[in-house]
Amino acid sequence: MMTYFKEILVGFWSLLAGMAVTIRYFVKPIVTVQYPREKLVMSPSYRGYPQFIIDPESHTHKCIACEMCSRICPSQLIAVEGVKFPGAKQKIATRYVHEHYYCSLCGLCVEVCPTTALEYSKEYRLAGFRREVAVIDHLILLQKRQRAVGLPATPIPTEAEIAAAVAAEAAAKEAREKEAAAKAKAPKPAEGPEQGKPKEAPPEEVKE
Amino acid sequence: MEQLTQFSGSELARLIGGLIGVIALVSVNALFLIWMERKVAAHMQLRPGPMEVGPHGAIQTVADAVKLLGKELITPEEVDRPIYLLAPIVVFLPVLLCFLVIPFSQSLIIRDMNVGILLILAFSTLTVLAILMGGWASNNKYAVFGAFRSVAQNIAYEIPLLLTVMSVILMVGSFRLTDIVAAQGRYWYIFVQPLAFILYIVCATAETNRTPFDLPEAESELVAGFHTEYSGMRFALFFLAEYTNIFIVSAVAAVLFLGGWRGPILPGIFWFLIKVYALIFLIMWFRWTFPRVRFDQLITFAWKILIPLAFANLLITALVLKL
Repeated sequence: MMTYFKEILVGFWSLLAGMAVTIRYFVKPIVTVQYPREKLVMSPSYRGYPQFIIDPESHTHKCIACEMCSRICPSQLIAVEGVKFPGAKQKIATRYVHEHYYCSLCGLCVEVCPTTALEYSKEYRLAGFRREVAVIDHLILLQKRQRAVGLPATPIPTEAEIAAAVAAEAAAKEAREKEAAAKAKAPKPAEGPEQGKPKEAPPEEVKE
Repeated sequence: MEQLTQFSGSELARLIGGLIGVIALVSVNALFLIWMERKVAAHMQLRPGPMEVGPHGAIQTVADAVKLLGKELITPEEVDRPIYLLAPIVVFLPVLLCFLVIPFSQSLIIRDMNVGILLILAFSTLTVLAILMGGWASNNKYAVFGAFRSVAQNIAYEIPLLLTVMSVILMVGSFRLTDIVAAQGRYWYIFVQPLAFILYIVCATAETNRTPFDLPEAESELVAGFHTEYSGMRFALFFLAEYTNIFIVSAVAAVLFLGGWRGPILPGIFWFLIKVYALIFLIMWFRWTFPRVRFDQLITFAWKILIPLAFANLLITALVLKL
């Protein structure tokens, strides 16, 4: 008889304990993230697609269009074009397109970059309705990010500007070539055996 | 004009007005309860629940109801046609009748009968018949399993339910619900009959086929139990009746143990609804806490624990009243 009542009391107590657990959860804040409207903060070690680092000093990217990333990429999905503007010391990227649908996120491009121009993005929501959505033009993306943090957007050089820069570069090269040829010609009578050297140089520069 | 005023004061007008009010209440209540159930379930699992349709998903159930109305009414070939078609109506009508005697406030009662509580208990028993009809006529093994379980369960739990109600009736000396409320002027009966209250809530949970006693519609074992073969509005009627039954058992519990519409400041109707929905929340809380009992546990619990305790409670009540 005692065990009967004890069983009932113990059972009733266990039911109350269970209800205490559920009511505690009932008043806790919910953990769901409403997917299209809310965004998670990703951990610092998250490796999304590569993107340009916005340089804290120049407020623009540091890409010199060396094409190292494009060459090391195992999926060969990076297309880089660059041009040297007159007066500039280095080449600068005029086009940087990343076909993300081929990307295996190996991160070799980020590691190989000689100027540390690339970093891993924290973006994890990459759903799109068409395949073309996954093609990332880094210069456009950079402009968007610059605008988002209130920095002046880096202009993308137009076709005409690129053509002008190329022409200017070619003209400068030609001028240099002529200068070199003139230099080579001038000491020619004096030093006969070294004639082959200046002749070698022009094809090298054309290739460049 | 004279006739019109005569008519509006008459019993017939009261009945018609009451019927319209009850049907409106039943529909709105079911829509609200389904939404509330989903919200309670979600928050106990740290989810937000329905959020898209309306503010905090408030009109999600309206959208669901519209969808159900548009669904095809499928009648399988092998069913027992007249009984199959009759079951959803039989399950819904007694539910409406129960509202006849529930006192929402001092004056807000359709008909103050002297057998009020008996009428509710008698008509709510008809739900079992409808479930058996639906399950049997469906000609489906899962449906008939659910129906059989429902019958066994409801017969077993009806006895302690009646016994606990009887102990309150003994104290009041009347079956009339307004008398029961009036008798709780000084104190609520939950304080003098706590055991009866606990037993009543347990039995009411079983009577309305709610978890942990939801064996008739155990979705993990029996697809959907007795309403497996029902679709569209016929299924919606079963659903409507189920949620209205929860409202009715909670309303009866509020009348018997929590002083009905009594309460300070607010008008009676608000107090009554607050108490009813608090009790409904309790029943939902059960659902998201306890797992379903096994069938032998269910029957053992009724016959070995609930019925002896209810008898003892009735006996003690009678003795105390006599002394």
